Amino acid sequence: MAKLKLRAHVINREWCKGCGICVHFCPRKVLELDEFDKVVAARPQDCVCCKLCELRCSDLAIEVQTEQD
Amino acid sequence: MPARDYIRERFFPHMWCPGCGHGIVLNGLVHAIENIGLKKNDIVMVSGIGCSSRIAGYMDFHTLHTIHGRALAFAIGVKMSRPDLTLLVPMGDGDALSIGGNHFIHACRRNIDMTAIVMNNRVYGMTGGQYSPLSGHGTMATTAPYTNIDQAFDIVSMATAAGATFVARATAYHVQQLPNILEEAIRHKGFSVVEVMTPCPTYFGRKNKEGSAVNMMDNLKTRTTPIGSKAKQENPSLIERGVFVKKELPEYCAEYQRIVEQAMKGK
Repeated sequence: MAKLKLRAHVINREWCKGCGICVHFCPRKVLELDEFDKVVAARPQDCVCCKLCELRCSDLAIEVQTEQD
Repeated sequence: MPARDYIRERFFPHMWCPGCGHGIVLNGLVHAIENIGLKKNDIVMVSGIGCSSRIAGYMDFHTLHTIHGRALAFAIGVKMSRPDLTLLVPMGDGDALSIGGNHFIHACRRNIDMTAIVMNNRVYGMTGGQYSPLSGHGTMATTAPYTNIDQAFDIVSMATAAGATFVARATAYHVQQLPNILEEAIRHKGFSVVEVMTPCPTYFGRKNKEGSAVNMMDNLKTRTTPIGSKAKQENPSLIERGVFVKKELPEYCAEYQRIVEQAMKGK
């Protein structure tokens, strides 16, 4: 399978409740919580598009869009 | 995102607490349905009462939000009248095994083609953190301030003994395995039971000092192991996950149809 290339992290700030699960379990530490306890992609250049954050998000608030999508 | 196609966005953000595992089950279920390629119009989701049962409101299928513990009874009614539809029955641990315990074992015995998803967070979350039949000995709950002295059910053993033809256990942490197990369960022709261990940080976590949602997810990782692993032999307290039972038995609706045809011959 071709290596996935990141287009963007689409984060729905209205839906995010700031539980921090995606931040903690991201294997490349791409995500962070901001001062409002909402997730932001702080280091998108490190993302390997594993989409674990998307699958683990309890609020369906994060989507990893790739060039291949 | 496949999720967007299958949910009722007007009800989001959902009412589950931050870090609740039920949202992860919803997420996994959407991926499983997407993989199978089921049409929304061919799916009926029937739920009972509790935090977990709210999932039916968020999914854009035909949905029935019924009474406490009786989701399976309603689902059997739907399936008997429309055997061509795919039935999904999400339930909580208390809903499925306490209030609906009798419905649960007899639905297993009947082997009617549907998928029961038991979202096991080991507590009655919606009503304020009372202990459930899955809380287990030594746990704390609002109704067990000096620790719970009841032993817990084992959903997998119970469903197996009652005769379910597909029995599996997954967790909200193992999100790559979860959609696969749900997909296999939905594809199985017969009664499928999938226990999904989910964290309830608000009640079970707080009462049992399990820390944040993140810590509870970590616990799901460290306290479970794949079926038949070496780790289980070394540490028997680990909880196994995977597919425990998968067998073929005559399906109830097909058998019923056979009886109908047999009876019509006499006319």
